Amino acid sequence: MDFDIELITGSLPLLMTGAAITLEITVLSVFFGMVIGVVVSLIRLTNIKPLRWLGNVYVDFIRGTPLLVQIFIVYFALPAVTGSHVDAFFAAISACSINSGAYVAEIFRGGIQAIDKGQMEAGRSLGMSWWQTMRYIILPQAFRQIIPPLGNEFIAMLKDSSLVSVIGLEELTRRGQLVIARTYASFTIWMAVAIIYLIMTFAVARLTGLLERKCQTK
Amino acid sequence: MKEPLIQIHGLKKDFGDLEVLKGIDLDVQEREVVVIIGPSGSGKSTLLRCINYLEVPTAGAVTFDGIPLNGDANINEVRKEVGMVFQRFNLFPHMTVLDNLTLAPMKVRGISRKEAEETAMVYLTKVGLAQKAQSFPDQLSGGQQQRVAIARALCMRPKALLFDEPTSALDPEMIKEVLDVMKKLAEDGMTMVVVTHEMGFAKEVGDRVLFVDEGYIMEQGTPEEIFDHPQNPRTQSFLSKIL
Repeated sequence: MDFDIELITGSLPLLMTGAAITLEITVLSVFFGMVIGVVVSLIRLTNIKPLRWLGNVYVDFIRGTPLLVQIFIVYFALPAVTGSHVDAFFAAISACSINSGAYVAEIFRGGIQAIDKGQMEAGRSLGMSWWQTMRYIILPQAFRQIIPPLGNEFIAMLKDSSLVSVIGLEELTRRGQLVIARTYASFTIWMAVAIIYLIMTFAVARLTGLLERKCQTK
Repeated sequence: MKEPLIQIHGLKKDFGDLEVLKGIDLDVQEREVVVIIGPSGSGKSTLLRCINYLEVPTAGAVTFDGIPLNGDANINEVRKEVGMVFQRFNLFPHMTVLDNLTLAPMKVRGISRKEAEETAMVYLTKVGLAQKAQSFPDQLSGGQQQRVAIARALCMRPKALLFDEPTSALDPEMIKEVLDVMKKLAEDGMTMVVVTHEMGFAKEVGDRVLFVDEGYIMEQGTPEEIFDHPQNPRTQSFLSKIL
């Protein structure tokens, strides 16, 4: 169990570029996840039954199956059916975004439903449409409430994105594997990888804490 | 006589098995102040909320200013003209008082920010809160919040105002400041329908008092008729309990 400093400094550039890719996948996935999540949460609040049903099926399917299986479906299963090759990066972002979207949809639904229904009534009784009231009254208030759970979702995605290493995308975990394959320094490198994840998740947690306080004082 | 501003015919409202309104006919003339009293659960708030379709009637017709309400098709058109003041104020907590007042006029009436802010300041001054324009709702007392809510409704320049127990959530010492604002509006000729437990206000300001119980208008008349010579035994019993 040697802790080889030279080995760490030597492989650090490789690991750090992997961490950058991890961060890139996470940021993109949570961003697209938020877009999907807002749309799906609104769909699930409407009175249009088929749309609501579709939204429910989506959320249930994603939350009820492992992300790893979802990655395999996007990268292996769908191309096998359509016959077209899918780029690993594109597959990773797609799978993670679709996955994140379901969780974000739940977060948004909770945030929207937590807003007093008198707010919607006040907006509507002033002559504003449902959508105008959503946009100017409900969603801005909901956004503030969901900063903590959105931060958690970001942290979860940061860690879960390690799963895309299985389709060969060289993010942090995959880079760790590759370095170990060359150096056999299993303990050192996995510890280094873990610490890099820890630093990233810790930074995100602090950032959401700051953001939360900033929104509350306003 | 001019056609009534608000016309309600055969209004019924069920919540599942619960029949809240069982057949209401009511006309409200322009500039009239109608006060609705009655025990809790009698349906008086539901009646008020049917006028701007916050509750959709199960049966019957509501006509406002000659426009028959028919759900989604024209509801926003009618709501522009009918302001509502709620028991719990329902100010928008993430906006300043001024933004609370200007949002709907800008988004619904499409007027400029400058014009909306000028109008807002006129009505804030009217309710005595011009100095609070830049405050957030949670920095105001309950009475101040309700006065802001009234000003917000006025900014749409409505033809009528509905009040749903506007002083019931207030501390006793704040009730008067809100009632004074409402009295001033009545003197200015605003058409008002007010659900309230403030009998003093009903007597002093009401042109007509309605006693609602068990989903019907049991009795109606001038404040003197209702408070001094109630005919219906239910009205008598209700008034004897609260006065």
